[in-house]
Amino acid sequence: MEQKGTFNVKAGLAQMLKGGVIMDVTTPEQAKIAEEAGACAVMALERVPADIRATGGIARMADPSVILRIMESVTIPVMAKCRIGHFVEAQVLESLGIDYIDESEVLTPADDKYHVNKHDFKVPFVCGARNLGEALRRIGEGAAMIRTKGEPGTGNVVEAVRHIRQVNDDIRWISNLPEEELMTAAKELQAPYELVKETARLKRLPVVNFAAGGIATPADAALMMQLGCDGIFVGSGIFKSGDPQQRARAIVAATTYFNDPAVLAEVSRDLGEPMVGIDISTIRPEERMQERGW
Amino acid sequence: MAGKTIGVLALQGAFVEHEAALRKCGALVRQVRKPEEIQEVDGLIIPGGESTTIGKLMNKYGLDKVIVDRAAQGMPIWGTCAGMILLAKEIVDSDQLRLGLMDISVKRNGFGRQVESFEADLEVESIGPTRGVFIRAPYGEKAGDGVHIMARFKEKIVMAQQYNLLCTAFHPELTQDLCIHRYFLTMV
Repeated sequence: MEQKGTFNVKAGLAQMLKGGVIMDVTTPEQAKIAEEAGACAVMALERVPADIRATGGIARMADPSVILRIMESVTIPVMAKCRIGHFVEAQVLESLGIDYIDESEVLTPADDKYHVNKHDFKVPFVCGARNLGEALRRIGEGAAMIRTKGEPGTGNVVEAVRHIRQVNDDIRWISNLPEEELMTAAKELQAPYELVKETARLKRLPVVNFAAGGIATPADAALMMQLGCDGIFVGSGIFKSGDPQQRARAIVAATTYFNDPAVLAEVSRDLGEPMVGIDISTIRPEERMQERGW
Repeated sequence: MAGKTIGVLALQGAFVEHEAALRKCGALVRQVRKPEEIQEVDGLIIPGGESTTIGKLMNKYGLDKVIVDRAAQGMPIWGTCAGMILLAKEIVDSDQLRLGLMDISVKRNGFGRQVESFEADLEVESIGPTRGVFIRAPYGEKAGDGVHIMARFKEKIVMAQQYNLLCTAFHPELTQDLCIHRYFLTMV
């Protein structure tokens, strides 16, 4: 009589996260700072994307003890990342009782052709996307939440902006097509037909869509919200900055009052040094995390 | 309810879903984010979301005091999930910010973490059957004499009313069933 793990319940948690900020954390202390600052969830990691980028090598799921310590330290939902296609890492995370799994291009892909079949799990998944076709393929595989990929660990918002604009463009395009043209559109998008039809009818993605990958300031967060994102992931942008506590609070306020420049001006004051950031053109194409995912 | 405006607290969480449900019922709806906007509505929904996030923003931007004042003047308020936590006087093992309006003790994540989230059929007193969607949901452990318990699930309090205040641990805004939204509108 009670049904667990239904799509309604998986997508429902993402709906509860909307208008909020999900922060990358690597220790219980950082998790508490995030919660105290008003984060609606945290992402438990061994290293933030900027450090993964700097360290190189193979990036894998975090040690379960790191994740469990973070889960014990806060009352808000805790997410964790598994590698693309690594369904066993996903099984491990589910057994830890994690609240959301990010099948993430930030980690080194474990499969060069296929993603995890996310329908097999009770725990919901979020996946990155650069365009509508990619987003709908992930939803077709069972993702209950989507985020832009951006370019993680750069503190540079340009790629996240490009990705949300592309998704919006694609949605505007299919929303204006007569129904008989949607099958060919699905072919062009390389996306499941039923989801293309549903997206055209809704004029938005059928699941919650967050911004991620390069958000470093309150104004970045508000920019992504004004472009139509439902909420914000901040990876390296908080704990790689001069005053994480202050910056975290400011980004939370900016995500709520994203349409209110007076509030944005107020919270943007005296935040200390932002993370340094990387120009995208200096990252070789094969080192761009956004290229991962199929 | 004719000519009355319902505000949906839009600090964080699933406020758009409540707006859509209220519109389907034919109500006038607006999002509220500032204290002066609370003064302009005739009823308020505090949506699901993260209760710690919403509580902090309410406090930082001065909405909590105005909501408490309006509640004392009789404005109907309905809290779903996080909203139920924020309405409660007592939150088990937590000193987080709250409105503390309803004489009820609430346990956060009472039914467990996300993997334990569930849907189930409920019977609501004086409303009838409905589908309950519970997401990392709280439940009421105990309630004072002035609180009318309207639904329980596995003995736990999942819906209750105290005069102008209504709370649900589940999310009617995530279903197609408008019965609870209609009920709230009769209170306004």
